[in-house]
Amino acid sequence: MRYDSLLDAVGGTPLVGLPHLSPGPGQRLWAKLEDRNPTGSVKDRAALWMVRAAERDGLLSPGCTILEPTSGNTGISLAMICRLRGYKLICVMPENTSAERTQLLQMYGASIVYSPAAGGSNEAVRVAKRLAAENPRWVMLYQYGNEANARAHYESTGPEILADLPEITHFVAGLGTTGTLMGTGRYLREQVPGVQIVAAEPRYGELVYGLRNMDEGFVPELYDDTVLTSRFSVSAADALRRTRELVSCEGIFAGISAGCVVHAGLALAAKAQAAGERADIAVLIADAGWKYLSTGAYSGTLAEAEARLEGELWA
Amino acid sequence: MAIEVRIPTILRTFTGGAKSVEGSGDTLDELIADLDSRHAGLRERLVDDSGLRRFVNIYLNDEDVRFLGGLTATVKDGDTVTVLPAVAGGMA
Repeated sequence: MRYDSLLDAVGGTPLVGLPHLSPGPGQRLWAKLEDRNPTGSVKDRAALWMVRAAERDGLLSPGCTILEPTSGNTGISLAMICRLRGYKLICVMPENTSAERTQLLQMYGASIVYSPAAGGSNEAVRVAKRLAAENPRWVMLYQYGNEANARAHYESTGPEILADLPEITHFVAGLGTTGTLMGTGRYLREQVPGVQIVAAEPRYGELVYGLRNMDEGFVPELYDDTVLTSRFSVSAADALRRTRELVSCEGIFAGISAGCVVHAGLALAAKAQAAGERADIAVLIADAGWKYLSTGAYSGTLAEAEARLEGELWA
Repeated sequence: MAIEVRIPTILRTFTGGAKSVEGSGDTLDELIADLDSRHAGLRERLVDDSGLRRFVNIYLNDEDVRFLGGLTATVKDGDTVTVLPAVAGGMA
């Protein structure tokens, strides 16, 4: 495969079967490996689509500054794109995210504004919105509400999956900005009657949820729950266990959110098996495990790893 | 009959600091009413006129109840219900 430059190599990722983790020949899991993207995560799609849309809308010209609330993957994608397209980037990020993220962002030339750990990504979004209001010339692409985020998946991820797995019965992905599920979900529902679109959501430790009033919560503007069939909450313990199983059973070194989607995927497979129904379940693996090594997720006992993730935004 | 209900930090003022409480009922709505009878004011934090409050997520055996019928979702002995505030997506 040959591309004129790195941005042309976004997407087109492989769909890899999980024959050892899948419960039986009638219920198969298929992993879409999004680490095979230019900066190593699914976010390259959303970032490229959002930047392209902003350029088309005349919001961006060389030398412009982009501001974004991001715990890392979107920031890293944007940092690479900004470098190549000539924009400056400021990321607002919770202070309790892994060291590799800071290193990667700074390496690409991005600046970072840290928001307090307590309050997690909610706080990063709040801080970013405030900074955007104070600096009207900065462009905030705002991944949580930008339709180009979901559209990236409607136009690329969904069609790729369908081309590789026309017999798909379920699609499982992590729920963060909700872009992947909204875009891929909408596309697949249009093309495959009866397909199930399932969200796997990380369940964090108490510090992340903080002590804020329940009325100050946050639901991404992109989120439309009519696109989903169901939504699972997955603990750090289960996510870690599955992430390690991906390595030991299938040889796939994935990030911790992959453990979430595999856990939900396996629950769906078990349900189908019990009902005597065929299942071909595509699970989206958002990134590889490199950025999470320093969290200790892949070493020591599961209990030790779980304890280390307490208070962290681990997915 | 016992259904375990896990309570987020912010709502533990209603449960005397308890991380989880037990209740009974055939539906989520009944369960919440049952809890409210012993922990006054809890229901109001979870439910408003239109149903489950917007920034409150409730999971029945780890599944979001909004896809299981919301307040009409069936609950039974041995189930676990988890209440959490809605937060921004993690590593986005």
